[in-house]
Amino acid sequence: MIRVALFIPCFVDQLAPTIGQAAVRVLERAGCTVEFPEAQTCCGQPAFSTGHWREARALAERFVRVFAAAEAVVCPSGSCAATARRAFALLDDGDAAWRRDAAALAPRVFEFSEFLVRRLRLTDVGAFFPHRVAYHDACHLLRELGVRDEPRQLLREVRGLELVEMEEPEECCGFGGAFAVALPAISAALGRRKAANVERAQAEFVTTGDPSCLLHIGGVLARQRARARAIHLAEILAAERRPGAAPARP
Amino acid sequence: MNAERQFRRAGARAAADAARQDFLRAGLAGYGHAAAGARRRFADWSAARDRCQEVKAEALAHLDAYLLRFEERVVARGGHVFWAETAAAARDYILGVARRHGARRVIKSKSMVSEEVRLTPALEAAGIATVETDLGEFIVQLRREPPFHIVTPAMHLRRGEIAALFQRELGAPPGADSAEELAGAARRALRDQFLAAEMGITGANFLIAEEGLVAITENEGNARLCSSLPRVHVVLTGLEKVLPRLADLGLFWPVLAAAGTGQPITCYNSLIGGPRQPEERDGPEEFHVVLLDNGRSALLADRERRDTLACIRCGACLNVCPVFHTIGGHAYGATYSGPIGAVLMPQLGGLERFGHLAFASSLCGACTEACPVKIDLHRHLIRNRRDAVAAGRGRRREGWAVRAWAWLAADPRRYQRAGAVLRRLLRVRRVLPGEGGMLDPLRPWTRARALPAPPAESFREWWRRRTAAPPARDSHD
Repeated sequence: MIRVALFIPCFVDQLAPTIGQAAVRVLERAGCTVEFPEAQTCCGQPAFSTGHWREARALAERFVRVFAAAEAVVCPSGSCAATARRAFALLDDGDAAWRRDAAALAPRVFEFSEFLVRRLRLTDVGAFFPHRVAYHDACHLLRELGVRDEPRQLLREVRGLELVEMEEPEECCGFGGAFAVALPAISAALGRRKAANVERAQAEFVTTGDPSCLLHIGGVLARQRARARAIHLAEILAAERRPGAAPARP
Repeated sequence: MNAERQFRRAGARAAADAARQDFLRAGLAGYGHAAAGARRRFADWSAARDRCQEVKAEALAHLDAYLLRFEERVVARGGHVFWAETAAAARDYILGVARRHGARRVIKSKSMVSEEVRLTPALEAAGIATVETDLGEFIVQLRREPPFHIVTPAMHLRRGEIAALFQRELGAPPGADSAEELAGAARRALRDQFLAAEMGITGANFLIAEEGLVAITENEGNARLCSSLPRVHVVLTGLEKVLPRLADLGLFWPVLAAAGTGQPITCYNSLIGGPRQPEERDGPEEFHVVLLDNGRSALLADRERRDTLACIRCGACLNVCPVFHTIGGHAYGATYSGPIGAVLMPQLGGLERFGHLAFASSLCGACTEACPVKIDLHRHLIRNRRDAVAAGRGRRREGWAVRAWAWLAADPRRYQRAGAVLRRLLRVRRVLPGEGGMLDPLRPWTRARALPAPPAESFREWWRRRTAAPPARDSHD
């Protein structure tokens, strides 16, 4: 049995806890022992990507310290997992000891879908979700972690789920962290384009493994009063057929 | 600051024009599909990229020796090589050559370096009529605007707009708006220029060190005319364009064509080594190569960013960039636009003036994925952000917010209390009217996007409750 140390990104912790709860349910159902080290806070991505590397380094050090002994660190966010796995090493300032610590942790950090499919070799997690779903390739999952097929493999095994491909699935949704509020007109134009592609695919839900994209795409869909909604992959995989109940209606 | 404000305004204006974006994307998607097809013709595109990266790294590692070798070979054939440290030095040298030959008319082929040094305005100011002969560049010159895209300068224009322009500027007959008729009108206007010009100016795609050759890639044949018809030919190029050996073109010609326009190979590829030789019947009497530094040797010395000099100006990063798709090239207000522009411009034109461009990115990484020479583009954007923060940008609101967040997150208890306060504030805000309106403090987010209701309980509160009372969980599995 694998012991999983769960990393819950700060804004999932505070604003979208159901994503973390769903990840716990799926991992436990898959037979993992899930731990949540409470000393964790933020991986430092906002500081790193806005150019505040000193602050990012301090948070990265905390992350490495908290998870140093973990067998596997699993995170339901592609961009946070990518920060820990790929960006930490850049914050080295010529410090070899840090580079070693960051490199030692990196291969044990997994994004949620990647952990299920690559590490546990699991694609059927016993989920039931009778809806038409489009998968959005979140940029950091796709390009930093090379995760393209894993989420789709998981979705294909979900009972009742119809997986549809929208147009331009690999085009950025326009969130981009601080970019979303620093240049809101450009960010929103990209969000509207993504939302239009979801709608054209006649999907009821758009999903991915990055909560920040979902906050953005879901926010655009809601503002446009669109039929489609955004949902995290973990929440789909956590959905089950309740014995004797009508089909799940989220 | 001013350049940044202009950029924000131009970007927001372009972002609001969905029809224009559709037009732009349709054009860029055409290159995208063609590029994907061209990449598939490679037995191993990924290996080709690796090799390109290696060759350019080698060229840059020994750039000094390679450039001297190049110079030696060109000089041996009777050519001149001028090392221009600054844009002004390049302009002055070329003006001097033109004056010495009493040139009144100059023909030019496409060169982004000539845009970088503002060559045409300098020639025009000296009374030398300068005509762009690449069709796209010819069109934007008639419109008195800079190129929209580094490879396809007039891609933002519809055929009808070009027809109207040609009618107005060239006296083309009304209704002549087929591609053939428009190309014919430009050709007729340019033919006399080609024949009359005393001096031709071209760029260079590659400088071949070992053989001392300038490689020029084009689709229209105009660069060939610029380099062979007039008495004087001047090549203006960045000093980073070196390839060690002639054989390297076997890789770089198809890679440039595939990544840029999606062609198997570009229509015309010329190799020029100097002025007309005694046994030759064609070619210029005088041949000059101007090697422009303009900040490039500082980049060469910058270990972190040296790979930026490997850029072959194929435009692939622009073609895949979601921000470029949304705002187009002119909004950047810079010679080089798109991801490579945001990376390069602060190095060439100053961090103060162009540092803001690095922040105009969602960091999606599509540029890095598309780059045929594997420049670490999106991480360079973050490095430019780091440098802009260090140079004073960190004193802005965003900097304070990030530092405050980092301080809170340095301690789990502090972080947790701050999270609870934040959620409470967001709940209070929801009862206020006018989400997304002028008075909404979260308007930058909420103007276009709803914000979901904050949960009463954070994940860690839930976790603590659950571990305190474990038996109820997932009873049915």
